[in-house]
Amino acid sequence: MVTAAIEIENLTKDYPFGFLHLKKKPSLEGLSMSVEDGEVFGFLGPNGAGKTTTIKLLVGLIFPTAGTARVLGKSISDISMHADIGYLPEQPYFYDYLTAAELLDYFARFHDLPAQERKTRVDRMLKKVGLETARKIQLRKYSKGMLQRVGLAQAILHDPKVVILDEPMSGLDPLGRREVRDIILELKQAGKTVLFSTHILSDAEMLCDRVGVIVGGKLRGVGAPDEIVGMKAQGMEILFEYAGAAAGLQPLLSKATHTGGRYHVQVAEADLYATLQQLGSAGAKILSVAQVKSTLEEYFMHLVEADRAQAPAVEVSGK
Amino acid sequence: MKRAWIVALNTFREAVRDRVLYNLVFFALAMIAASILVGQVSIGIEEMVIVTLGLSAISVIGLLIAVFIGVGLVSKEMDKRTLYALLAKPVRRWEFLLGKFGGLVLTLTVNTAAMAAGLFLALSLVKQGAEHLEGPVLVAVYFILLKLALVVALALLFSCFTTPLLSILYTAGLYIAGLFVTEMRNFQSETMSQGLQTLLRWLSYLLPNFENFDVMAAAAHGRAIPGVLIAQNTAYTALYCAVVLAAAAAIFSRRNLK
Repeated sequence: MVTAAIEIENLTKDYPFGFLHLKKKPSLEGLSMSVEDGEVFGFLGPNGAGKTTTIKLLVGLIFPTAGTARVLGKSISDISMHADIGYLPEQPYFYDYLTAAELLDYFARFHDLPAQERKTRVDRMLKKVGLETARKIQLRKYSKGMLQRVGLAQAILHDPKVVILDEPMSGLDPLGRREVRDIILELKQAGKTVLFSTHILSDAEMLCDRVGVIVGGKLRGVGAPDEIVGMKAQGMEILFEYAGAAAGLQPLLSKATHTGGRYHVQVAEADLYATLQQLGSAGAKILSVAQVKSTLEEYFMHLVEADRAQAPAVEVSGK
Repeated sequence: MKRAWIVALNTFREAVRDRVLYNLVFFALAMIAASILVGQVSIGIEEMVIVTLGLSAISVIGLLIAVFIGVGLVSKEMDKRTLYALLAKPVRRWEFLLGKFGGLVLTLTVNTAAMAAGLFLALSLVKQGAEHLEGPVLVAVYFILLKLALVVALALLFSCFTTPLLSILYTAGLYIAGLFVTEMRNFQSETMSQGLQTLLRWLSYLLPNFENFDVMAAAAHGRAIPGVLIAQNTAYTALYCAVVLAAAAAIFSRRNLK
């Protein structure tokens, strides 16, 4: 039986504002979802959607207005839960008077690790995130990308069962992003549960078993990336060469994209056969026919635009 | 408690790395200059002048560190977000606060001890046979340390819910008010209503009493300081700090780290 590593029920967070804090701005509205044990879950959403709020609620940095959440069966208010989670804050910043090795050793002390074990783990982690040569440099001299790597190292240093990463790819160059992706995949292979928020949808598509899209403080869709994009209308793209000017083909040519003597045209799946016949009889040379796949990005943008237009939420599946 | 100690040691390390203890160099230079000057201008009261000057310097330097670093103990961590990764570890918020308090008190203890050693050195250079001052001066230094611990606790409390600037104002305000609690308690005036006088009297008991820690005159004259006062001040500081830290923990444990 698959158990949930993270269970969230009706989690709500309002922030008071105004002179006497009498007004309330909802940041998260009745979020309910779960992340299964051993799953990599991507949390997607535009800025201010409620991703960081959800993550901060899970790690106990802020407190819910309503609702509950459990991590590994323990309430988020239970401090013992923190021994089993690793957390990378968004745009992390650490004690800049410490070196990377000192910072990791400091954090490891809170997990009651003996001195020798701490040293071994710190060395291993610094190597894993590519900072072994910078281990004795004070963090005030680190770049943003290097701080992100230190942040990742401190999150997984104590071998937690659940790893929660807030924008782990932020501030990293392509090489750094690839390394983070590799680390997330390693964590998955080791059976860890990973919840991470991201703006980089290609990373989510590549890494996640499931994604959740949150917009305006509300969860708008949850499911496997393929499942989510598969729900969108599909089409067929035809690539062909044509030099003639047959009158019957004009409506098709007018909606095609013309580049370098080649035409790209997208048609509905049901119209494919008729279109191919039409092109063939006009003397066009068919170069390729491919299925048009909707991307996660398109799905994401569709949800954001729907939210902006205050359209009804698009629910794919709920957990 | 172990986790609070880990935080305390790191807070001490921060103070050392941020060169807080560099003030000792200035203190040492001031004491050397004062020793030379006092030796030339005062006759017969050199040790009294040195003790007064030294204890005042220890107190003022300690207060500056306690207030200016104390008000940033929590707010700086929140502003820089260094707190986020730490509070995701198995550490309770009150353990973090206790650690920050302990770390700054540890820094002040090392600082005050070094300055006291400098004071005794200056004293021995100025006049031989001033051993009778050692006991009272040591007690006076201990009382300064107790006073500083109380100031750190107050600064930490304000640091949990307001800006550093306001924290400085509140802490300094309470310190100054705490120097006049006896006057406040005994204040009698025909123009003041009975209710206001009662309020002032109650306020004088609630405010931190910093008058009790001032034994500078007794130390300068080499007068023995009663053991009961030492016990009383120690217990008062422990109790007052415990109450203030409990209030700080109550506020901070409900605070959203946005």
